[in-house]
Amino acid sequence: MLIPGCIYIFINNYIPMGGLMIAFKKINYRIGILHSPWVGLKNFEFLFKTKEAWTITRNTILYNLTFIVIGTVIAVGVAMLLNQIRQNGARKSYQTIILLPHLISIVVVSYLVFGFLSTESGFVNNSILEPLGIAPISWYSTAKFWPYIIVIVAIWKSFGYSCIIYYATLVGIDKSYYEAAVIDGASRWKQMKHITLPGLKSIIIILTLMSISKIFYSDFGLFYQVPMNSGALIDITNTIDTYVYRGLAKLNNIGMASAAGFFQSIVGFVLVILANYIVKKIDEDSALF
Amino acid sequence: MVDNSKGFHVLTHFIMIFLAIFCLLPFALLLISSITGEDALIHNGYSFIPRAIDFTAYKYLLTDSHSIVGAYGVTVFVTVIGTVTNIILTTLMAYPLSKKELPGRNVVSFFIFFTMLFSGGLVPSYMMWTQYFHIKNTIWALIVPGMLLTAFNIIMMRTYFTSNIPDAVVEAAKIDGGSESQILTKVILPMSMPIMATLGLLVGLSYWNDWLNGLYYVTKDNLFSIQVLLNKMLLDVQFLMSTASSGMGSDLSAKVPSTAIKMAVAVLGVLPIMVIYPFFQRFFVKGITVGAVKG
Repeated sequence: MLIPGCIYIFINNYIPMGGLMIAFKKINYRIGILHSPWVGLKNFEFLFKTKEAWTITRNTILYNLTFIVIGTVIAVGVAMLLNQIRQNGARKSYQTIILLPHLISIVVVSYLVFGFLSTESGFVNNSILEPLGIAPISWYSTAKFWPYIIVIVAIWKSFGYSCIIYYATLVGIDKSYYEAAVIDGASRWKQMKHITLPGLKSIIIILTLMSISKIFYSDFGLFYQVPMNSGALIDITNTIDTYVYRGLAKLNNIGMASAAGFFQSIVGFVLVILANYIVKKIDEDSALF
Repeated sequence: MVDNSKGFHVLTHFIMIFLAIFCLLPFALLLISSITGEDALIHNGYSFIPRAIDFTAYKYLLTDSHSIVGAYGVTVFVTVIGTVTNIILTTLMAYPLSKKELPGRNVVSFFIFFTMLFSGGLVPSYMMWTQYFHIKNTIWALIVPGMLLTAFNIIMMRTYFTSNIPDAVVEAAKIDGGSESQILTKVILPMSMPIMATLGLLVGLSYWNDWLNGLYYVTKDNLFSIQVLLNKMLLDVQFLMSTASSGMGSDLSAKVPSTAIKMAVAVLGVLPIMVIYPFFQRFFVKGITVGAVKG
């Protein structure tokens, strides 16, 4: 029974791990990957001499940190609000609606963004800026707005998902704590500070550490498709994933793409191990392994 | 405390309604723009007020355009085949692993689990699938790479088997002379419908929404799934914009689908999700919470 699945996992997951060695090779398709000559650390030397190496690392980490901080605050806040709502129907409707953005593909998200920001026919240029007498903005070629746009889009898409996880934890907090607190005359603020937040503490820490362990990875579509692969935005939207893709598919610079990919895999792996180690220190049961 | 309670609840609803609108507005813009007449769109841009209702975009897409119908076909095929295969493979992995007496259980578990920690990444995977499996421009490119079996789903299903199916049930079936495959199909599966439905929906959704495999491995347009088609059409807009600014856009714009059609295709891409989602909402929510707690 186990054989078909194990074969698939071996091919799909383990062979590419071995394939990481191409970061140390100069690939020549004609003689094949295995016979291509070894070049030692050459690919890495080239990669780290470029300006992009710094840009993509900085972008990937800074965007992820922003998502973690803002995303957590909003998701926890909304989960608490949701928990305050007594009407079942209303609560369920809110839950359904805020999860919706999570279910659609990033390609469709890029259409939604385009509907607002398109230079000629976008809603913002035509229906907000024009009545105010402001000249239309060419959004897809103005880099300074994009850090905000990327963050808003990312939060819009993901806050419902983490909110549901936090809400599920909140529902599990024993109601008698709150009853006792009300009898003691604790205000809503005090209840939140002394019951709700401590109840959420361990799940917040776990989800945050999970995100930190993925800090070297980014949602390819968010950084490639949503800014429509616009050249003017590349400095501000290039992450390790988009860099690897462009190196592979557009520039045919396999050496650098594989070096960047290798860098991502190894550092990502170290971060997962580290994050798990820390989770284990805080709460044995929540550790991944 | 009791006095301000009502005000507090009104405020809570107020914030939640605001958030709900924030989540829904972009979809409204998409939908309304797709049924607005082309002239109105060119004049006023995408807008929440449909100045001239016009279904031409949909008529064009569903009758005159082969690509959209074809892409729908590809997506449905890939979603169905991919989801069924995925669930079968996941069950075949998860069931033996849920048995404590299985020899080498820990080794296999680690073999699966390690793929969650470490991966070769895009470049080696791409080379393997294209150079050795020659998967480029075949329908399998949309089904096989990366998505057929994931460690996460195996672990979720195994956890369900171990915690929701009592050993006594399996023991009883064994005493009655059932073989392992009979036990799996006649006893375990009927008891596992909730997890099958949850995983099936999540896997189906990821196949429906997948465009990366299409982007990496497919260049022939008869193999475009709906998401890949959407991706290509948006890049064409960009192409149009960049050429229009250098003064050669006029004859190109006749070929590229018009402003309303772009939004109409996107609507067709999300419509099935929007339609089924409210009915299966609880499965999605369950999938997320179970995955987060047990994963």
